[in-house]
Amino acid sequence: MKHLFVMATSLVALTSSALYAAEAVTPAKPAPTATERYTAECGTCHMAYPAGFLPARSWQKLMGNLANHFGDNAELSDASRSQITSYLLAGAGEKTQDRHAARFAASAPAGETPLRITELPYFKREHREIPQRYIREAQVGSLSNCAACHTKAAQGSFREREISIPGVGRWEDD
Amino acid sequence: MRTMLKIVPLLALFGLPLAYADTVDDLLKGYQAQGASNFSAEKGQTMWTQKFNPPGSDRARSCALCHGENLKLTGKHAKTGKPIEPLAPSVNPKRLADAAEIEKWFKRNCTWTVGRECTPQEKGDFLSYLRKQ
Repeated sequence: MKHLFVMATSLVALTSSALYAAEAVTPAKPAPTATERYTAECGTCHMAYPAGFLPARSWQKLMGNLANHFGDNAELSDASRSQITSYLLAGAGEKTQDRHAARFAASAPAGETPLRITELPYFKREHREIPQRYIREAQVGSLSNCAACHTKAAQGSFREREISIPGVGRWEDD
Repeated sequence: MRTMLKIVPLLALFGLPLAYADTVDDLLKGYQAQGASNFSAEKGQTMWTQKFNPPGSDRARSCALCHGENLKLTGKHAKTGKPIEPLAPSVNPKRLADAAEIEKWFKRNCTWTVGRECTPQEKGDFLSYLRKQ
């Protein structure tokens, strides 16, 4: 009888420690998808720009030098870097289904590897009529801050009717 | 058999407190193992507002430049202007909960702000300060 009691106690203890072990080992949430990881890792400091806005060679170069990312250290774990690089290459300008985005990458001069979307000829052309004083506005600050004026930029949409410039309002090309 | 019977419940007892071990405590222990000791929240606070001019900086950099001096408030990225969620765990429980995240940001932000990675002592002092916020 005494034996039985001890056995039962041990069984309870074993089960609870096994339960604990299962809890500790199993991750609380499933591994993030490539999109989630891109948004989390890159979108913390700036908008997670659509992959189609740069040609593959640009993403390759940019992801290869995250220790000096426009003067910032943006280093990632090897797993994150490789997952995000694959995601960006798969959706880069040459491959994107978004015809509008594809024009950005296509405007990159052959033989050059631009790292800034704002330096692409198509980007410059599309923004050439925007006066500097609109960009200097505190809520904008820089042309790299897409979402300041493109109200649906975070969803990857840059239609003209969605533009609202802080302190100015709607914008229409002449 | 008798020894087994004694050991099994003991294992269960020791296992439980581990389940709730604090991420920050684990990191501090790791820094101690690397030679750091006597972590000080005061030193962490002092270094928080200390200004650095690493090569390539056009203005003085500090932790507070982006995160602010009141960690319960939203900060602002010095370059992009993107809002940074409050660092204080008291208002943002997602903070200081993931060791890999903590180390990732130490590496990135110490390199940018100070011009080198932080030492285990400095990281321990920072965490001691941050966890109280």
